[in-house]
Amino acid sequence: MSVTDELQNIAPAKLIVEGVSKTFSSRSGKVQALDNVSLEVGEGEFVCLVGPSGCGKSTLLNLIAGLEKPDSGRLLANGNPVNGPGRDRMVMFQEHALFPWLDVTGNVMFSLRLKPGLTEKERQDVAAYYLKLVGLERFAHSNIHELSGGMKQRVALARALAPNPRVLLMDEPFAALDAMTREQLYTDIQRIWAARKKTIIFVTHNVREAVCLGDRVVLFSRNPGRIREQFKVELPRPRDINSVELAAHSTEITRALKSHHVAQEVAE
Amino acid sequence: MKRVLIIVAFFAGLVGIWQAVCAAGIWSPVLLPEPLTVGRYLWAAILDGSLAESAWVTSKRLLIGYAIGCLLGLPMGLLTARSRWLSDTVGVLALGLQTLPSVCWVPLALLWFGQSEAAMLFVVVMGTLWSVLIAVDNGVRNLPPIYVRAARTMGSQGFHTLRSVILPASLPYVVSGMKQGWAFAWRSLMAAEIYVTILTGYGLGHLLHFGRELNSMDQVIGVMLVIVLIGLLADKVLFSPWERFLHHRWGTAKA
Repeated sequence: MSVTDELQNIAPAKLIVEGVSKTFSSRSGKVQALDNVSLEVGEGEFVCLVGPSGCGKSTLLNLIAGLEKPDSGRLLANGNPVNGPGRDRMVMFQEHALFPWLDVTGNVMFSLRLKPGLTEKERQDVAAYYLKLVGLERFAHSNIHELSGGMKQRVALARALAPNPRVLLMDEPFAALDAMTREQLYTDIQRIWAARKKTIIFVTHNVREAVCLGDRVVLFSRNPGRIREQFKVELPRPRDINSVELAAHSTEITRALKSHHVAQEVAE
Repeated sequence: MKRVLIIVAFFAGLVGIWQAVCAAGIWSPVLLPEPLTVGRYLWAAILDGSLAESAWVTSKRLLIGYAIGCLLGLPMGLLTARSRWLSDTVGVLALGLQTLPSVCWVPLALLWFGQSEAAMLFVVVMGTLWSVLIAVDNGVRNLPPIYVRAARTMGSQGFHTLRSVILPASLPYVVSGMKQGWAFAWRSLMAAEIYVTILTGYGLGHLLHFGRELNSMDQVIGVMLVIVLIGLLADKVLFSPWERFLHHRWGTAKA
């Protein structure tokens, strides 16, 4: 396989979540993180999962990633049941999860070295391509501890994109960053999504962020974790987080989120 | 350049003070020989080969024993950290034995192996093994679980995870454990060599012991200097490169 082949856009995958439930037992009792959740995500769709902490949105992401198994229900990625982690579904975590014993290129190479069929030179070229895509070509040989928080997440993004997955799972990747850095990343992630055509599931508790990025915003409630409501976002792209229209959309969704929240508090 | 100058000046100053104290004649030269006397002993010992031979005998015991200790301790630490069952058995044993000053193994080693190389190796291995094991165990336990999770999503599993994630991630602990193991091994070997005559070869400890027997303080001080030098050299050669790497990559404090 040549580098050009390797860098070809691969068809994004369709994801199907069918009646999935997951319960965690902790010392304080059982928590039903997900209760009979069904969700369908189209090829190349950008879906944002929003909800209060503990609503199971990260759990759903971990299930799709194959890092955990559901108690019941099934998950399909491109028609194939999810039985464990796979290179077709790459994850970006809230903590950057980069390996401090490797430099920037080494980190991107880690996922590439696990992908068979490429020579070392080809891997180097692929890594360089993705580092350029996230704007870090000048930092290819920097150490992780020398990078800012935003740059670390860019490396993590390059590492996740490098094996050319069909699905990108992002678990609050920008939550720990400052506002300025985040806004730049919103622009970049939209550009990269357009360039690389991935199905993206993006977990956040920031409604505005969800509206800025998502084709669809899925609202979760907690205890038990269920899907409450879904909103299609049909604003033109690229979107600016500070635009008035976007603010109007996010106000609507925030209102819905709050009403569920209040209803739930009363019910409890 | 300035640093080198400061270092040279400091040690020249120390020797100067030593010389001045000798010249003042407070203590008998039998108890405190002049720097030059010690130098003459060292020169003679270098010329007749006795120093080189002892240093070689000692270093050989240390390096072989240390290598065996590390080779055993590293995988054992990985195993105890990953298995509850092993950690409750071998892990507890290691913790207990690590608190035992390793020179306490000498009587046992002598009874088991006689006054031989095997006894010396055994003592060095015991000094190294437990602290390396515990450091590796500790390092693996303190690993942020996110590393292994991230590696799994990229398709890493089993032995690959162990070699490419768990081991490098615990490197800071492993290096400090190996350093501690080295310190224990070196101290216990010296104690053993001074304490018993090993028939298969005279190490630096023996040379020190003979110095005392012969009442020759120049030999005692001379051999002590050599022991300090070997310790410094080992630190620079064995551990400094690792510590520089850790500092560079991890951004940990300079050692």
